[in-house]
Amino acid sequence: MNPAYLIGAGAAVGAVARYATNGYVGRVTADRRFPYGTFTVNVLGSFVLALVTFLGAGSDVLALVGTGACGSYTTFSSFSVDTVRLWEDGDRVLAVWNAAVNLFGALAGIGLAAVVAGI
Amino acid sequence: MTTVERLRTAELVFLVAVGGFAGASLRHVVSLAVPGLGGTFAANVTGCLALGVLAYEAELVGVVAEETYYAAATGFLSSFTTYSTFALEVVQSPTLVGVGYVVSTYAVGFAAVLVGRGVARTLAGVVGS
Repeated sequence: MNPAYLIGAGAAVGAVARYATNGYVGRVTADRRFPYGTFTVNVLGSFVLALVTFLGAGSDVLALVGTGACGSYTTFSSFSVDTVRLWEDGDRVLAVWNAAVNLFGALAGIGLAAVVAGI
Repeated sequence: MTTVERLRTAELVFLVAVGGFAGASLRHVVSLAVPGLGGTFAANVTGCLALGVLAYEAELVGVVAEETYYAAATGFLSSFTTYSTFALEVVQSPTLVGVGYVVSTYAVGFAAVLVGRGVARTLAGVVGS
């Protein structure tokens, strides 16, 4: 049983890192309708979570970096609201595209982690 | 950046950090109560419902303070829900289970956002009347 503060501490860092990433990516892609910020955190976070998992990290590291940091860095709720908003605004192709590339981007990140970890 | 702007940034970072700490902790509690795919699904769907309420409340009503939104939405709910564990669970499941998991999480998650929007619209009607 992991001490709860490990998950919480990792999550606090992950959430702030997501906020910072969203801010930076948002500024860089300000003229685009596609939510690049959420896409970026979901792909990066999935890669890192898979990497620590495949490398066989201990339960403390998994709690801090995996469940905590990566779990908080990535998000499903913002992704869903983004997708629904695109659809409702009439950007239906972009909404479907967002739903697809978050999934395939995350899966590609996990695949890359498997390669790096030598699985 | 002026001192005031720096303090404002520090305030928002603090609110996001505290919210994130709590959100991930609750996600962990849910995963202990409902092991496996069901726990992640439950956290993601309920988080979508709640963020649907908050995001559309901000758009339609605007009673909730910006600071509250940073703590509750950017911090808590975005950390309570997760994409990385969801994606890893898809990979680690048998193919058909993985496909069903993706379809059901997406469908119910998007529907939950719409339900949340409905709640926000109701609130807007109450506040507006």
